[in-house]
Amino acid sequence: MELKGRIISKGKAQEEALATSQPISFYGGVDPNTGEVIEKGHELQGKRVTGKILVFPTGKGSTVGSYTLYRLKKNGAAPAGIINRECETVVAVGAIISEIPCVDKIDISKIETGDLIRIENDVVTLIKK
Amino acid sequence: MIFMYLTEKEEKMLSGEEGYAVRKSMEILVALGDIYGAEQLIKVGSVQVAGVSYHNLGDAGLEFLNELAKDGKVKVLTTLNPAGMDLENWRQLGISEEFAEKQNMVIDAFEKMGILISCTCTPYLIGNLPRYGEHVAWSESSAVTFANSVIGAKTNREGGPSALAAAIVGKTPCYGLHLDENRAPDIHVKVNTRLAKFSDWGALGYSVGKKAENKIPYITGIKDAEVDELKSFCASVVTYGSKPLFYMEGITPGAEKHQPPKDSVTVEDGDIREAYENINDEVADIDFVCVGCPHCSIKEIADVAQLLKGRKVSLNTEFWVATSRFAKQLADKRGYTEVIERAGGKFACDTCMAVAPLKGRFKSVATTSAKGCYYSRQNKMLTKMGSLEECVDAAVTGKWS
Repeated sequence: MELKGRIISKGKAQEEALATSQPISFYGGVDPNTGEVIEKGHELQGKRVTGKILVFPTGKGSTVGSYTLYRLKKNGAAPAGIINRECETVVAVGAIISEIPCVDKIDISKIETGDLIRIENDVVTLIKK
Repeated sequence: MIFMYLTEKEEKMLSGEEGYAVRKSMEILVALGDIYGAEQLIKVGSVQVAGVSYHNLGDAGLEFLNELAKDGKVKVLTTLNPAGMDLENWRQLGISEEFAEKQNMVIDAFEKMGILISCTCTPYLIGNLPRYGEHVAWSESSAVTFANSVIGAKTNREGGPSALAAAIVGKTPCYGLHLDENRAPDIHVKVNTRLAKFSDWGALGYSVGKKAENKIPYITGIKDAEVDELKSFCASVVTYGSKPLFYMEGITPGAEKHQPPKDSVTVEDGDIREAYENINDEVADIDFVCVGCPHCSIKEIADVAQLLKGRKVSLNTEFWVATSRFAKQLADKRGYTEVIERAGGKFACDTCMAVAPLKGRFKSVATTSAKGCYYSRQNKMLTKMGSLEECVDAAVTGKWS
């Protein structure tokens, strides 16, 4: 299945999806060293975003989150790509400065954890698990 | 695919003709412009950059700044938010060598880019003062709210990297609060209570912020306000929920251009009481007192000196006056510094209770600031908010009474 979105940060990636229906706050919500989601009560709590195509509706929380994404990237713990329903500034700026491919305006309800995803600029190709 | 209109020169900046920092900055600005449907970039008069504390940036943030600083230079007046420590007097404030070394590297990167190492959340008090209606790109929520509301300049609430990008390009995407159509008030807040002491402004900000969540309040019923009171209100109202813009009838500019919105709420005595109840914890022993969130003006420092004169800060309590180095220099000349330090108080210039690495150092804090309480809770402290007199008493006795 091919889904067309909007490029936030250009690039290519092909990896397994890690999907959630809940917004993510990178600052305080994700450990910048390990990539583990640490926000209490979050659907993904305890999961690692590292090397995954991280699929979530939108970002939330402090603007310092942009730097958290950058720290993840430098620590080798970043997601391989990001897909949002609606990208906001914290994630957008974080993806750009970290050079993580990021696409939004995608119907993320079609994507489940474990699906294989290819991002190629604004085109998202989905192979169901 | 780019939706926003770019001039030929801007296209070249985006393609890298002016180097790495300009290209990266343009990528950030264009992406934000496209997300928010901006039609073009507009010139900004000044920039305030947040994201300065090494505590928040980490090594990766430092690396990002160093990469930008290789060939990045700011094109407009750019001032800096507080850092994680007093840049001169950090040892006395209990900051570690390791932290200081990293924090200084962060500061060096900003300085290399041509940014003024002002390290204050009150840039409007130290020479970065926009005019009414001027477009600027500021980060730091209280400063953004002050610029939009008290001065009547126009800025979105930028993050650290997007403010820096605006400084390096000299422009920002024109969307949100840069457009008059998005600056109309959408909720009428009727204040039916008397504000008796300074911290009541923080309590009012709490109440208005909660009632006007993500809205632009049009506030009536306030007879008079000092700049320091507005500064405190700005920090509180945006921390607790409103957009970084409000109008206060008869007090702030632009209010006369608007009618009170139909949708209305009131703030009564009970709301102010409730704000205190929610902000304050049950705690009697106070081991940390901090005033200056936002940073103290010279007038507030004078008030602290007046109250502390001839008294001694308790041995169990640390007392900080957080301010800009600029205000401190005035305080030195006027003798306020000597009075405060002789009493055992400490100046925390260039930094503040929201960004210094304070977690685990203190159990409970007393402050005049509603915003300060919010961030202190994140640092696992119990909080008490009160007037300057109450805070100084707590510093002297080590107790909240």
